[in-house]
Amino acid sequence: MALPNYTPIHYRIWHYTYLTICGLVFFFLIAPLFVILPLSFNAEQYIHFSEKMLALDPDGFSLRWYKDMIWGTKNPWGLATKNSLIIAFFATIGSTILGTVAALGLSSRHMPYKAAFMALLISPMIVPLIISGTAIFFFMAKVGLAATHTGIILSHIILGTPFVVITVTATLSGFDHSVTRAAASLGSNPVNTFMKVTLPLITPGVISGALFAFVTSFDEVIVVLFLAGLENTTIPIQMWVGLREQLSPTILAVATCLIIMSTLILVSAELLRRRSERLRGINR
Amino acid sequence: MSTEQILSSDGVPLEVSLKKAERRNKIRALMLVGPLFLFLLITYVFPIGDMLFRSVDDRMITSKLPNTFAALEQWDGKDLPDEKVYEAFYKDFYPLAMAKEAGKLYQRLNYEKSGFSSGLKKTNRKIKKFEEGNYKEQFMATHKIWNEVGYWVALKNTAPKWSYAKYLKGMDLKFDDKRNIVEVAEDRKIHKILWLRTINVAFWVTVFCFCLAYPISHLLATLPMKYSNLLMICVLLPFWTSLLVRTSSWMVLLQQQGPINDLIVWLGFAANDNRPELMYNVIGTFVAMTQILLPFMVLPLYSVMKTISPSLMRAGKSLGGTPLTAFFKIYFPLTMPGIGAGCLLVFIISIGYYITPALVGGASGSLISNTIAYHMKSSLDWAFASALGTMLLVGVLTIYWIYNKLVGIDNIKLG
Repeated sequence: MALPNYTPIHYRIWHYTYLTICGLVFFFLIAPLFVILPLSFNAEQYIHFSEKMLALDPDGFSLRWYKDMIWGTKNPWGLATKNSLIIAFFATIGSTILGTVAALGLSSRHMPYKAAFMALLISPMIVPLIISGTAIFFFMAKVGLAATHTGIILSHIILGTPFVVITVTATLSGFDHSVTRAAASLGSNPVNTFMKVTLPLITPGVISGALFAFVTSFDEVIVVLFLAGLENTTIPIQMWVGLREQLSPTILAVATCLIIMSTLILVSAELLRRRSERLRGINR
Repeated sequence: MSTEQILSSDGVPLEVSLKKAERRNKIRALMLVGPLFLFLLITYVFPIGDMLFRSVDDRMITSKLPNTFAALEQWDGKDLPDEKVYEAFYKDFYPLAMAKEAGKLYQRLNYEKSGFSSGLKKTNRKIKKFEEGNYKEQFMATHKIWNEVGYWVALKNTAPKWSYAKYLKGMDLKFDDKRNIVEVAEDRKIHKILWLRTINVAFWVTVFCFCLAYPISHLLATLPMKYSNLLMICVLLPFWTSLLVRTSSWMVLLQQQGPINDLIVWLGFAANDNRPELMYNVIGTFVAMTQILLPFMVLPLYSVMKTISPSLMRAGKSLGGTPLTAFFKIYFPLTMPGIGAGCLLVFIISIGYYITPALVGGASGSLISNTIAYHMKSSLDWAFASALGTMLLVGVLTIYWIYNKLVGIDNIKLG
């Protein structure tokens, strides 16, 4: 944003102040994440920048915390990763299917009481997790699903569906319904029309909803904290437990892996969003 | 006068067949929403109702001591009750003590008046040796609580099946001996402070988020696409990163030997042996929550600012407005929907925040949700946890309702 050379001096000053403020805010947003990366390669046991690290001496860095994360004795991360992946996988499938089907109904012109239904279906996202967690815990304990994978998966489906509903209804808002009518007039039944025409067009929205549902489940602490037994521990629970006791470099190694994962998710979500906008013909 | 009806090909009036088709479409739409609706009804809406129910449900004690409460009904509450009441209590308590089922009573009655627990425990041990008749004296000899009118009043107060005492407790109020609502003693007022702190933190985090998000959203919305996409990563990467990762990065930064303290010492604001406490207090909660919730403010602001044409500002300036008037008269009012959406979203999220305050907040930075979790996990007073949860829920739903009126719930944008 180069300024034209007739810009008065006070405006110039203001403009650069503004850019500096923005720069600081962006720094505030992103810098904390990058503090973790170098410290997870620390050769020492303490979590601060050692003098060797600051001097970029190779001896100051090591992979020992990553080794500890994977092969360390009595480390919980293997079981936690397995559980997290299983739970997130099934929760994502469940919330994507339920959410997409519901979004199809909600986007229909004929849907009665649309706003009321929408408000209800979105509510698990708005109600504080601590309240949802309390209520879900009472329910799961009552039906005997506390401390089971099934119970946790069901609760994560509850928490994940609002995101799918929101992204898929947003995708459907630009959807041209004449293509489904064309398919119907050519003799296709509704299921076939959905699979062959609608679904391919809304796929980006569905997948980005699924990504949200996956992250929600993969990152969820409170409900699992209430529900899980020792067998059902997940990555966030282990991090929570570790952080409450003391900050160990192994946790930073795990955190680094999670940052890499979220970067991958971010990239795919962005690509999907652009593809979806292109498909819906939104140009900016 | 006869109007000719238009008939469709199968001889049915067109109006009727149109209505039929409409109805069919309506049912189809409802059937699509149905599965999720039913699922949430059973696993979510009904449990929340159950939680409300638990917060007022006081039937356990009523069902355990039926004779006692029946006998206490005629008691005036002035002097110690007569033999009849003691006998009724013996009739209720003896089988409970024999079956070792009195444990729940200790806890429940101790909430009502402290001292009950030890008194009942002792009575539980001694009651096996009670002889028939003259129960009043035997009880009074067992433990001093049976000599005090106050304990009987407290016991009588638990008679109703439904009670809103937990809600009073959540507001630092209680019933006194005459069942008037009074404030609890000054040194036991913990919940009012907690509510105020929660609202205070939520309010200031919202304000900080707004002040930080407004300039960068404006920059993102006005920069050319190729730069703004790059900068957008700074907003979206934290947004997609695990909350625990972000909290642990703040724990690294804010700890006593952490980089921020190193910087403060290096700049000479504090001595090396007197490093300021940045974590385990309310400062840590503020800083970490602001950074963590900032994306939730930027995204709605950005999506609104994106739609404002830059020519409006130019028009304002060309008509003689200074940049400041142009901004406040034109640009700022146009961003109001985004401001409303962002502020309400951040406020709603932060008022129920749990993880970050629990990890970096310490005792002085913990919020109402930490107390709910404490009563769920540690003290096991689930009725009280439910009551606090319900109070929080009412607050959040009120804001949600306002949000829905102002912005519309289907206008939430993600990513």
